[in-house]
Amino acid sequence: MSWFTALLVAALALALAFLVLPVVAIFVDAGPGELLASLDDPGALDALWLSLQTSLTALALIVVVGTPAAWLLATRSFRGRELIVTLIELPLVLPPAVAGIGLLAAVGPRGLLAPYGVSFTLSTAAVVVALTFVAAPFYLRQAQAAFAAVDPTWLAASRTLGAGEARTLARVAIPAALPGLTAGLALAWGRALGEFGATLMFAGSFQGITQTVPLAIYERFSTDFTGALGLSAVLVCVSAALLLAVKLGFRAAR
Amino acid sequence: MLAGCGGRSEQLTVSAAASLKSAFTAYGFEGMRASFAGSDELAAQIRQGVRPDVFAAANTKLPDELYAAGLVEKPVVFAANELVLAVPADGRVTSLSDLTGDVTIAMGAESVPVGAYTRKVLDGLPADERAAILANVRSNEPDVAGVVGKVAQGAVDAGFVYRTDVRATGGELRAIELPPELEPEVAYGVAVVKGAEHPERAREFIDGLLSGAGRAALDRAGFLPPPGT
Repeated sequence: MSWFTALLVAALALALAFLVLPVVAIFVDAGPGELLASLDDPGALDALWLSLQTSLTALALIVVVGTPAAWLLATRSFRGRELIVTLIELPLVLPPAVAGIGLLAAVGPRGLLAPYGVSFTLSTAAVVVALTFVAAPFYLRQAQAAFAAVDPTWLAASRTLGAGEARTLARVAIPAALPGLTAGLALAWGRALGEFGATLMFAGSFQGITQTVPLAIYERFSTDFTGALGLSAVLVCVSAALLLAVKLGFRAAR
Repeated sequence: MLAGCGGRSEQLTVSAAASLKSAFTAYGFEGMRASFAGSDELAAQIRQGVRPDVFAAANTKLPDELYAAGLVEKPVVFAANELVLAVPADGRVTSLSDLTGDVTIAMGAESVPVGAYTRKVLDGLPADERAAILANVRSNEPDVAGVVGKVAQGAVDAGFVYRTDVRATGGELRAIELPPELEPEVAYGVAVVKGAEHPERAREFIDGLLSGAGRAALDRAGFLPPPGT
């Protein structure tokens, strides 16, 4: 092995150890029995249920609005397109605290839209708004790329055979882009499940109403470390399953 | 600033209750690096092995517990505060009894001192009033800063915070006093953390809180002298 290869291997080993250690520690710090027992707590179950409900609602909104929006961006070129794409992707790089403040300033009780009766706060709907805001760009970005990669001759063939654009999108483009769309969806879901800062600032924390799993973990951290570990372990498993689904989706596409 | 960064011995790391933020910042202790959060979160960090030089909490229970666990030196009480009901200056809640009506409330989570004090106050109320108030709670915040934020943003009509927090908003919020018989004793404990990197400076910092620039900053922020002095 050349010295350079050795260097590469060392770098990979370092990266792997650094990234995997905290995840492993969650499972090592408390035994599986303790982890399971910690989930047998109404607060933990409420948080899991709420996270599932709010993240799936956010995903539904993202797919319904995001799919046609991504199709438009992938199939048309027009002035300002780059700007729109950049604006849509901006939440990807925004710190959650900025997202929380921004949501309060826009649709909070004293926000820009409050005079028009549009304001969410401290409600389950507010959680959905926060999750949608932080997760949507993941889907939009991936869906755009997936649509752009669909073989244009298929789309042309569909039109030649008399199908309109809507029919072409539904019958040809979406099935062809499905693995990419699924991957985008899984990434968006993962981001939504992990959302913490914007949710706390914008939606608050109340068991069963706005306290999602990450907020429940934070609340348990001070009084019930094992409980915090147990909920963290669940999130790790769900996230790992999502990631695996993405990989399998991509493999199936090839 | 450069001198502060260069000389490592000049630094002092402080873990302090969120309610101490403005007073400790005004204290101006040279080289202080403070992290402000719920006292319970900071205590949990210390239990997990984090070693700041100083731990200052919004109660005496957490420093006493850490002392009993051998994690900090003997704590001292350095300040007192009062729990009040914070409302927007033009808000519709004008007294504690309004809280049973059609209003929304934020409070601290049970584990953070401000939340524990709040529950103690509610325990002093008749059961039906207490239940009506709890039914209006929309958020259990991890620290007092979160409660202040929710009231200041108009997300709720009222929140239980410390008097000094209301004062720090500079007129944006108004404090409604609680009836004296319900007012809990809010005392702040501080201790040098065992295994601290700068124990000498930590003691210096605490001395200043008891009688010095820190005491003066606490006074200006509206903190009361420790109970029994």
